[in-house]
Amino acid sequence: MSATTASATPPRPAVLADEPQAARPGHAPVVEAVRLYIRNPAGMFGLVIFFCLVAATLIGPYLYPVDPFDIVGAPFTLPGGDPILGTDYLGRDVLAGLLHGGRASMTVGVVAAGITIFIGVTIGAFAGYFGDRTDALLMKVTEFFQVLPTLLFAMVLVTLFGQHLSITTIAIGIVSWPPAARLTRAEFLRIRGLDYVKAARAGGAGPLYLMGRVILPNAAPPIIVAATLAIGTAILFEGGLSFLGLGDPNVMSWGLMLGQNREYALDAWWTVLLPGGAIFLAVLAISLIGDAINDALNPRFRERH
Amino acid sequence: MKTLRPLLRAMLNSLGLLVAVVVLNFVLIHAAPGDPAQVIAGEMGGASPRIMAQIRAEYGLDRSEGAQLIDYLDKVAHGNLGFSFYFNEPVLRLVFSRLPATMLLILTALVLAVLIGAGLGIVSARRPHGLLNQIVSVISIAGYAAPVFWTGLMLLVLFASIWPVLPVAGMDDPAYPSTGLAHIADVAKHLVLPATTLAIVYVAQYSRFMRASMIEALQADYVRTARAKGLPERRVVLKHALRNALIPLVTIVGLQFGQIFAGAVLVETVFAWPGLGRLAFDSILRRDYPTLLGILLFSAILVIVANLITDVVYRVIDPRIRTGRA
Repeated sequence: MSATTASATPPRPAVLADEPQAARPGHAPVVEAVRLYIRNPAGMFGLVIFFCLVAATLIGPYLYPVDPFDIVGAPFTLPGGDPILGTDYLGRDVLAGLLHGGRASMTVGVVAAGITIFIGVTIGAFAGYFGDRTDALLMKVTEFFQVLPTLLFAMVLVTLFGQHLSITTIAIGIVSWPPAARLTRAEFLRIRGLDYVKAARAGGAGPLYLMGRVILPNAAPPIIVAATLAIGTAILFEGGLSFLGLGDPNVMSWGLMLGQNREYALDAWWTVLLPGGAIFLAVLAISLIGDAINDALNPRFRERH
Repeated sequence: MKTLRPLLRAMLNSLGLLVAVVVLNFVLIHAAPGDPAQVIAGEMGGASPRIMAQIRAEYGLDRSEGAQLIDYLDKVAHGNLGFSFYFNEPVLRLVFSRLPATMLLILTALVLAVLIGAGLGIVSARRPHGLLNQIVSVISIAGYAAPVFWTGLMLLVLFASIWPVLPVAGMDDPAYPSTGLAHIADVAKHLVLPATTLAIVYVAQYSRFMRASMIEALQADYVRTARAKGLPERRVVLKHALRNALIPLVTIVGLQFGQIFAGAVLVETVFAWPGLGRLAFDSILRRDYPTLLGILLFSAILVIVANLITDVVYRVIDPRIRTGRA
């Protein structure tokens, strides 16, 4: 960590080191972050796995056009024959399930993470920017949502409102936003008192402009990391709900494969090992990416270790 | 008195949260598509007209929703969480009968996770660039990424068909009923796999967390002072640094209680552990809404209590908070 950080000049006062990156002009911080990311082997490894998984689930179904719900052979066909990854308890092609199912699992992950971050950032931004009573009220709401065990709350929502992929996605978003709200609030509280925000306010900027265009870009690094990790959490969530039998029975997903084959795990280990392994790989890749982004965006933190 | 006041405020706050959860339960019953009576009876098995009429009368479903809400709050305050038509038992009794099994599982997993996780974290913080540190990093990321129900299922397959040394289902052996010490041993044997499965996730998180806070603590001035005055390294690490590094760990353990509970739902489902999680799973299958909502409410109470306990423990181990000189 010697040549890359901006410490070629003599040591600067600590206060300056705390100035947010965007206070400096130009795109240098982004370029710097990308350079730091590329030099992180774990992060690159995660990125490679992630791209492979995305490619497999996007292109795979075209290269291997078998309907994951079609019965293609005898139930419990061992992997290694035809079909190559065997069949499940109904005689459905496991490879087709993995390829098609990945699409649903990844989509749920990304969309649910989007909902999580959208709700969390909105609530956190208002609480942190306005402070006082707005803050107290919004933090009460956040605290209320944190008291409900997330999975159980999502289970109740899906049971009551129907087993549909869109409902699962929304339910995951609704139960997962509080940590993102707390994070955003803390960043907004810290940044709102800094000089450049005061300057923008003195220049006549309104609250929405200040929140969205001045504070948010400077609060972005931890939010980007949280958003990345939220995708992984949402994929785990979808798996858990489907595992409990709350998946959408009409859309193949990794979780649905696990949930439907669960009872036959002892007779057909591959029907649960493979979809679970796929979830594991996806979440692992996303965690590695999230950690690497974190290290790249917070070089100071990295130096300390 | 001064130390009691914040605690009193925290308890009032908890009470408010509790009422909010009850209101949410009420709103959910009424917001769900279909007739609330249908929801309360549970769709599965199609409740008979007699039961439906009984529910309508008991819950006063023909009255205004405000009146119903007040009635519902009053019921819950008196410990009436509704009646499970599937299990043919009051929900509260059902929940209490399953609570001990869940608490046994959660607390065992927590103790395992804290001991192993904190241990790994402390050891790897000593040498931030060492091999052990790398191993702990790998364990913590893999432990987070592996879905808990999948780890459980794989352990189940392993111990059921390949290496059958441990029981994989239930809490005791119904074929050989035992009492006293033999029964405790039987339960302990059944507990090994579910508790290990649940603990793995948190070993991963706690080791990582503990390492970070230990590294920070070891760089603090008071550690330098302790070393400078010639204390043995062991004492510096275990007495001076550890005490401060433990504070954040206590907080996340307490605040994550809800998550651990959710993990227990999945683990209990895998290993047929007869706790609240398994009950939640069964009530989903039967569309037994009163039981499911009762468990949601009850788990919220558990989380609130866990938060209160965290608050108290936090004050005990960190005197700075007690006197408000943070």
